[in-house]
Amino acid sequence: MKKYLLKRFVMAIFTLWAIVTITFVLMHAVPGNPFAKEGKMPEVVYENLQKKYGLDKPLYQQYVIYLRNLLKGDFGDSMKSRVETVNDMIKRGFPVSAYMGFQALLIALIFGPALGALAALNQNKWPDYLSMVIAILGISVPSFIMGTVFIQFIARKVSWLPIGGWGTFAHTILPSFALGLMPLAYTARLMRSSMLEVLGQDYIKTAKSKGIAKSAVILKHAVRNAILPIISVLGTLVSNLLVGSFVVEKIFGIPGLGMFFVKSISNRDYTLIMGTTIFYAIILIISLLLVDLAYMFIDPRIKLAEEGR
Amino acid sequence: MMKEEFTISPDMFLPASEEDRDAEKIRRPSIDYWPDVWRRLKQNKLAMVGLIIIVVMSIMSFVGTEINGFKYYEQHYDLINSHPDSVHWFGTDELGRDLFTRVWYGARYSLFIGFMAALLDFVFGVLYGGIAGMATRKVDAVMMRIAEIIYSIPYLLIVILLSVVFSTSGQGSSLFVMILAMSLTGWVPMALLVRGQVLQLKESEYVLAAESLGADHRWILKKHIIPNTLGPILVNVTLSIPRAIFAEATLSFLGLGLQAPKSSLGTLANDGLAGMAVGHSYQILIPAIFISLIMFGFNVLGDGLRDALDPRLRQ
Amino acid sequence: MGKVLEVKDLKISFKTFFGEVEAVRGISFDVGKRETVAIVGESGCGKSVTANSIMQLLPMPPAFFKGGEILFNGENLLDKTEKEMKEIRGNQISMVFQDPMTSLNPTMKIGDQIVEGLREHRKLTQKEAEQKAIEMLDLVAVPQPEKRIHQYPHEFSGGMRQRVMIALAMVSTPQLLIADEPTTALDVTVQAQILELMKTLQDRLDMSIILITHDLGVVADMSDRVIVMYAGQIVEQGTVDDIFYRPGHPYTRRLLASVPHPNLSKDEPLQAIEGSPPDLYVPPKGCAFYDRCDRAMKICKDHMPEFISHGDSHCSRCWLHHPMAKQVQDLGKEGA
Repeated sequence: MKKYLLKRFVMAIFTLWAIVTITFVLMHAVPGNPFAKEGKMPEVVYENLQKKYGLDKPLYQQYVIYLRNLLKGDFGDSMKSRVETVNDMIKRGFPVSAYMGFQALLIALIFGPALGALAALNQNKWPDYLSMVIAILGISVPSFIMGTVFIQFIARKVSWLPIGGWGTFAHTILPSFALGLMPLAYTARLMRSSMLEVLGQDYIKTAKSKGIAKSAVILKHAVRNAILPIISVLGTLVSNLLVGSFVVEKIFGIPGLGMFFVKSISNRDYTLIMGTTIFYAIILIISLLLVDLAYMFIDPRIKLAEEGR
Repeated sequence: MMKEEFTISPDMFLPASEEDRDAEKIRRPSIDYWPDVWRRLKQNKLAMVGLIIIVVMSIMSFVGTEINGFKYYEQHYDLINSHPDSVHWFGTDELGRDLFTRVWYGARYSLFIGFMAALLDFVFGVLYGGIAGMATRKVDAVMMRIAEIIYSIPYLLIVILLSVVFSTSGQGSSLFVMILAMSLTGWVPMALLVRGQVLQLKESEYVLAAESLGADHRWILKKHIIPNTLGPILVNVTLSIPRAIFAEATLSFLGLGLQAPKSSLGTLANDGLAGMAVGHSYQILIPAIFISLIMFGFNVLGDGLRDALDPRLRQ
Repeated sequence: MGKVLEVKDLKISFKTFFGEVEAVRGISFDVGKRETVAIVGESGCGKSVTANSIMQLLPMPPAFFKGGEILFNGENLLDKTEKEMKEIRGNQISMVFQDPMTSLNPTMKIGDQIVEGLREHRKLTQKEAEQKAIEMLDLVAVPQPEKRIHQYPHEFSGGMRQRVMIALAMVSTPQLLIADEPTTALDVTVQAQILELMKTLQDRLDMSIILITHDLGVVADMSDRVIVMYAGQIVEQGTVDDIFYRPGHPYTRRLLASVPHPNLSKDEPLQAIEGSPPDLYVPPKGCAFYDRCDRAMKICKDHMPEFISHGDSHCSRCWLHHPMAKQVQDLGKEGA
């Protein structure tokens, strides 16, 4: 197990490094070099950046300086804002995004498998068709469209659901659902096919032949095994949630990290773009590692296989 | 047990003739693979609905812009932000342009981007996977590592970054850039698929060489391997189109889409966002519905294909 | 002496896309106390379907009971509600399945899997149930049972897993054990052990066994009576001796002849039965073995033979044993 963990950890670091490098290279490859002295930055900002990043030095050295700063936990200074650094903005925006992301993830992980299991247990009957129609819609309708629909048809009609903004729990409901619907659809479909496969397995017959309660057969035998593949796609889900959050935050006007990211794109605030991208990448990679770990603990076959039996 | 009412006569006990018996009788017709696949697909009503949607959309994206006589860039200042009516069936946008025409115009670009990105994914994937499969173990291992890393980089993140870099400051990216950006990480599953098949093929060749059965059997194997691979590849391509369209829509929604006056469904949606607050929600809803319809069509068709190709579901 | 199980004219079919498949076409047999009855036949003859149908473990669509009765201690199981069936499963009737590699829940500890069934039917605390599980594992010769109950299935070998399956099935001391090809997936040496085990347990627990198999060696080793099935019907029934020494049905004879024996010389061909069983979408009107039978007569094609008795408990379903058949044969001999 340790060997596997180590391998994954190293890969994660390597991937992260790749992302940092790619991001750095890309941002500095923007035509009309925004980092150059002749660029469009105000003098003051340029001087600050100059001091920190040595903008007149060769690219390679700038890279090293940037890396060094990153390792110290400094994501840089914004090109456009004179008041806040990237770190400040991350500190402000991340908790909001994280909260919403978590809520969306919970929605996806609780209702998704439930829907999928329901469909599998009632194969080809109406709960199956209904669940699968919902699921197909969920994966076909992008989250921002969902969000728009929610605002237009729900928020406008239901008074206690705000149209946008942030502050109370009510503010989190619609956005989390808009965000979580696509992952929910994925998990529902995955759960359905996983359950169907599991239900056809011999050990389900064995369980039935022992005369135990149907609920026990379903929960302890079927669901327990069917849910494993979902855990393994958890990483992709988180990744999708991350990206979906940009758009949802934009639509609902939620002051999260995504909003900063989106603004940085339209402002062409390159250091902010770099900083937020890398931060996102870190979050993503940590999540992927955690998911791997979780999977190893939950599936007894893997845990023990790695212990060198 | 039902007793048969018949009289038994001695001559019935004479031995039966050889011809009368048929030990190898097969009573059920066996069906060929591909026609069977098509038959099963046809039975899947949802998949057929998807197919129809796609075909209709594709046709309309060419024809639709000519139907009601307005051009996609034609601006009518006296008619800005008008709701759908009998003249402008989908209403007009904030510059007075007919949305019906613009929607089909946008669909053209969205579909084009989707198809092209999927095509590039396919080409990259087949090349990379094919090479990795045919190469030596070491080269293959390295190639797979690289692919793994590329795949673990979030698709959309890179797309966004690339678009940022290559988009002219202020207004959107070129068509080429968008397509390229989107095919950059999506080819990996295809490569894995192709590589797997190539490895299988290689292995069987070695076995054949060892048994020295000659070229004849290679041909036969090709007849087995190719049908086996084509199926999953087809499914993969069909499902990567909606992924690309989704990515394009997201990009456009972030302001990184095509430059005006060119538009895709995504940029139309983005343009329409502002209208939502002031009661012109049709401006965002209509393109949004069409995006969803296209994605739905491809998803459902891809699903249907996957089910139809699954040999385990053969009846 | 009451019979533990009486099957009367059981008919089971499957609804499929192409139509109805008649998997079991009217079979009748019984099992007495402490008896081992083997059901033999080729793949697809309906023996597994029969076995699974007793405890109603068949997927009910697409399967359905077309007719007949299954009497367990005099009561018709087909009349019972699901709740009543649950009381019987794993309690009075237990089953052991073919493939030990897939018959156990991979994410559940062995001990839990045994205890689960036990506690459903007996009022025991967790500790008490675990103790019983350990005793059972000991009985089936699983070493270090106290340690093993906390392990997962993949930590056991195939033979061990089958022992666990048997322990699982026996832990509530059932009256009837249905073993569906219990040794097919195992090595030959392990097979012998498992069979020994089953015999020992049968003695100890006063149990009846229905043994489904296609392996005649297993049949000879373990059974009291044998039922030969073909294409959804019973073609012959009798004691072990009846079947092995005095087979009445041509199919039975061919089955016995097809078993390769150690003294076979290199030049003797293996006696396979050419062809394959008929497709049960369109079940034959007459004898199902007609197409492959070398003794077939004209009457066999369109008329289903009735059971003809050869003695006490031995009967077979073949026109060859009809009194008129013998007459014709004699006449034929005379004429020639």
